Amino acid sequence: MQKEIIIAGFGGQGVLFAGQVLAYAALDNGKEVTWIPSYGPEMRGGTANCTVVIADEEIGSPLVQNPPLAIALNLPSYDKYEPLMRPGGVLIVNSSMIDRTPKRGDITEILIPANEIAEEIGDKKLTNMVVVGALIASLPELTIADMEQALKNHLPVRHHHLLPKNYQALQRGYDLAREQLAVPQQ
Amino acid sequence: MPRELLKGNEAIAEAAIRVGLEAYFGYPITPQTEILEHLSRRLPELGRAFVQAESEVAAINMVYGAACTGARVMSSSSSPGVSLMMEGISYIAGTEIPVVLVNIMRGGPGLGNIAPAQGDYFQAVYGGGHGDYKPIVLAPSTVQEAIDMTVMSFDLAEKYRTICMIIADGSIGQLMEPAELPEMRPIQRQNWDWAVNGTGGRQRRILSSIYIEPKDEEIANLRMLKRWQEIQKNEIRFKEYYTDNADFVVVGFGSAGRIALSAVRAARHQGIKVGLFRPITVSPFPFAQLEELSKRVQGLLVVEMNMGQMLQDVQLAVKGNTPVEFYGRPGGVVPFPDEILHEIQRVATSKLSLDADPRMSWLDRATAK
Repeated sequence: MQKEIIIAGFGGQGVLFAGQVLAYAALDNGKEVTWIPSYGPEMRGGTANCTVVIADEEIGSPLVQNPPLAIALNLPSYDKYEPLMRPGGVLIVNSSMIDRTPKRGDITEILIPANEIAEEIGDKKLTNMVVVGALIASLPELTIADMEQALKNHLPVRHHHLLPKNYQALQRGYDLAREQLAVPQQ
Repeated sequence: MPRELLKGNEAIAEAAIRVGLEAYFGYPITPQTEILEHLSRRLPELGRAFVQAESEVAAINMVYGAACTGARVMSSSSSPGVSLMMEGISYIAGTEIPVVLVNIMRGGPGLGNIAPAQGDYFQAVYGGGHGDYKPIVLAPSTVQEAIDMTVMSFDLAEKYRTICMIIADGSIGQLMEPAELPEMRPIQRQNWDWAVNGTGGRQRRILSSIYIEPKDEEIANLRMLKRWQEIQKNEIRFKEYYTDNADFVVVGFGSAGRIALSAVRAARHQGIKVGLFRPITVSPFPFAQLEELSKRVQGLLVVEMNMGQMLQDVQLAVKGNTPVEFYGRPGGVVPFPDEILHEIQRVATSKLSLDADPRMSWLDRATAK
């Protein structure tokens, strides 16, 4: 088993942290995992992305050209990664910030109004956890419970009062993605 | 120790601390700044020395002085910064004292860029500074190897009174992977018979790279080469994947090596009998092992993130036994596995020549439009 995931958006949208939570969950579940950010001269307000690879055996390349799974948090990321998706792949689209319609017919695009959901829960900074929750619906190697555990294990204790809202964000994203994937609820 | 998710740069810094790093001298430069950042926080809290020097030139000379006391010291930088250090590195080599250096390589030459690259292979492996010396050079391809090699580098440097340099490209510095750090060891500074650490009544010692009398310098040079002979005999490390029944073998170090592993696996799925040979010590280079391998394969494909530097060592190793082909991405471009897979397919299906110059053939392919 090997799954590659690209998460992309503006700097400040929690792109890198979203990838790290996935990586921590994979680590806690005994998987091999790599997390690598794009690093460049630009920082705040620029584009940010990270690649997470989860596998059962030693990981070769930590980078992937045509990801089977991706999250696009803004329009530039959507424009960049939609054409690169592996046929049959799943792209989580933050429809709060992306108003154009999908161009690809051979991938599954899950539209999640992540900003609005995060604001409903009470914090715009939860946008990243909403889309990660949506991704988990297409990543059977990890569960929402794994993600919750990863947050609990690796977030500094001083942030633990934020855990319940993070859990809510994960669950809301997951539920919405499941509806769109038309998979019967458990 | 438990496996933790660690970033390459921070893992190198923390591993150095845990095996007794007493002093660090450096100057920030992307993509290695996290090494310096981590040490700037941790060393003072442990009561050890951290100095951000005014330049890389100053930093390497502080390393030189501190190493003369027999303490475990290091510096780190990235390509342009390492170039600045070269004079001091040569002096350290000439003084025959143990020093650990890290080069998290970026695109060049010149100011270049901050993207991952392997263009400093020649500089590292062939010494870089003036005069006749050879450093030990280690090339990790994972965060765990970066940790293990940091631990090993201090032991090797001390055992052979030499420079041990770790070369990793920027992506290993920035990569996070599960890895296990060594346990924290107490500082145990050895009472080296060469260290200048206060006479306490014993005979005075002088450490220097000056040998005014050429015959004395010649003796020092030969002593260093004798030591190098021992290093070559004892310290060669490499890793092989699927080479047992391979018709073709890819050779790559560091990131290029691990990216090639993905391509090799994909090629195996297509029925191409290909393996991977990944040098871990690029100096001393595994010449004999590659020569052996070259006698039982139909061709080698060298993959590097430069324009063909290790390629020359591979060509030396195989002594014309088998054709050597090359694929490179210089300038800070990281190859994807698909590109290397394509090259493996090309090598496996074309008639290879022993006479062709692999760099020039690659250049023709790379620039043909």
